[in-house]
Amino acid sequence: MNRPQRNEALYRLERVAKEYNSRRVLDIEHLEIFRGEIFALVGPSGAGKSTLLRLANFLEPPTYGGLYFHNQEFAPGKEMPLHLRRRVTTVFQRPMLLSRSVRANVRFGLELRNEHNSEEKVQAALEEVGLGGMADQKARTLSGGEAQRVALARALVLQPEVLLLDEPTANLDPYNVALIEEIIFKLNQQHHTTLVLVTHNVFQAKRLAQRVGFLLEGRLIETANTEDFFTQPSDVRTAAFVRGEMVY
Amino acid sequence: MDLELREIILLSLRVSGVALLISSLIGIPLGAYLGLKRFVGRRFVVALMYTGMGFPPVVIGLFVYLLLSRSGLLGSLQLPFLPSLFTPGAMIIAQTIISFPLVAGFTMAAVMGVDPHLRQQVLALGATHRQAALAVLMEARVGVIVAIIAGFGGIISEVGAVMMVGGNIEGRTRVLTTAIVLETRKGNFELAIALGLVLLGITFIANLAMLRLQGKSFDE
Repeated sequence: MNRPQRNEALYRLERVAKEYNSRRVLDIEHLEIFRGEIFALVGPSGAGKSTLLRLANFLEPPTYGGLYFHNQEFAPGKEMPLHLRRRVTTVFQRPMLLSRSVRANVRFGLELRNEHNSEEKVQAALEEVGLGGMADQKARTLSGGEAQRVALARALVLQPEVLLLDEPTANLDPYNVALIEEIIFKLNQQHHTTLVLVTHNVFQAKRLAQRVGFLLEGRLIETANTEDFFTQPSDVRTAAFVRGEMVY
Repeated sequence: MDLELREIILLSLRVSGVALLISSLIGIPLGAYLGLKRFVGRRFVVALMYTGMGFPPVVIGLFVYLLLSRSGLLGSLQLPFLPSLFTPGAMIIAQTIISFPLVAGFTMAAVMGVDPHLRQQVLALGATHRQAALAVLMEARVGVIVAIIAGFGGIISEVGAVMMVGGNIEGRTRVLTTAIVLETRKGNFELAIALGLVLLGITFIANLAMLRLQGKSFDE
């Protein structure tokens, strides 16, 4: 399969910790995410996967340590410059759409960037997710799968350098799961968009990712290329998780 | 229509309209801020605002009277931009103090009713904090319009404060509510009832206009 070669680290995390009310939920010694790769982050619920994505989208700063994006540090009291922040976006597990039309929802991110003549881009993004005929429908009338595809379209239209996906197919039917996986895989193949996929579905990680990281109780237990991760994990806890033996 | 009645109606609309405009300009951003931000002392500020929402207008009238009177804290300074007592300007100040906590309080409740994940997802799309706050306000627009309606309702029908700081001077500070009080005292019940119906009509039309502002989202 012709996948983009990873080269430089887009993200670098050094001794990053995140605490809420003095409770540490994330504690990562070192992690690099490379340009153009699909990196899957797996782990049981409550492992800190979504917290890591919020940090990676610069929604919250780490409590300690350094998170670098394009060698720019994101730390407490240090805002990530807007032009860098806008290179990254997230598709969340539970998409929150604005109570407007589907078209307005997809256009929203472009309007934030003062791009107002964007009808063609918006329509193309909707076609991409198979919702070209639903542009004028009210967003709140959509099914769960359709809403998630609108959320994906509003991310795609921004042509992000990094797309973070937080359990994007959880609770969706097999048709929507396959469709979304196909779209994000194509995005990586054709546009070399860096994808960070958070999932507790190891099969999905195996299908899509080039590298996989295993997060447990806030700590990064192991990262490896996908084949090694699933065939010869170096940590017994990773092996237990991959075999489905980990109780959570 | 009688010229005097027209003047009374126009002054009522002007005083309450300007007060509502100022209240909205202060109250909506304040309510949005209190709804979205978490900071030390927020509970205290909210408690103050809730107290303001239930403050008797006549006490606010007394407070403004004492501030603006010639021997008062502000009146004695004779600042050029401060209105004198018994002027429409003084009535606007009193009505603004009455209505802005209502606008802010209801706006805060409306903003807090919007799922906090929405703001996070809007930020993730590249919004600045200001753009995200505006997006949340737009989502809460039905509640924000209710906030404005509550602010308007609190002042258009209010009599204690405007009587105290306006003085019900014919042709200068007489508004519908103070005119109703005066005509009732004089025993002109028919005129008082007619003025009351005019007041009801204005309130009804104003609320209909606000409902139009809520637009289609009200019916969804």
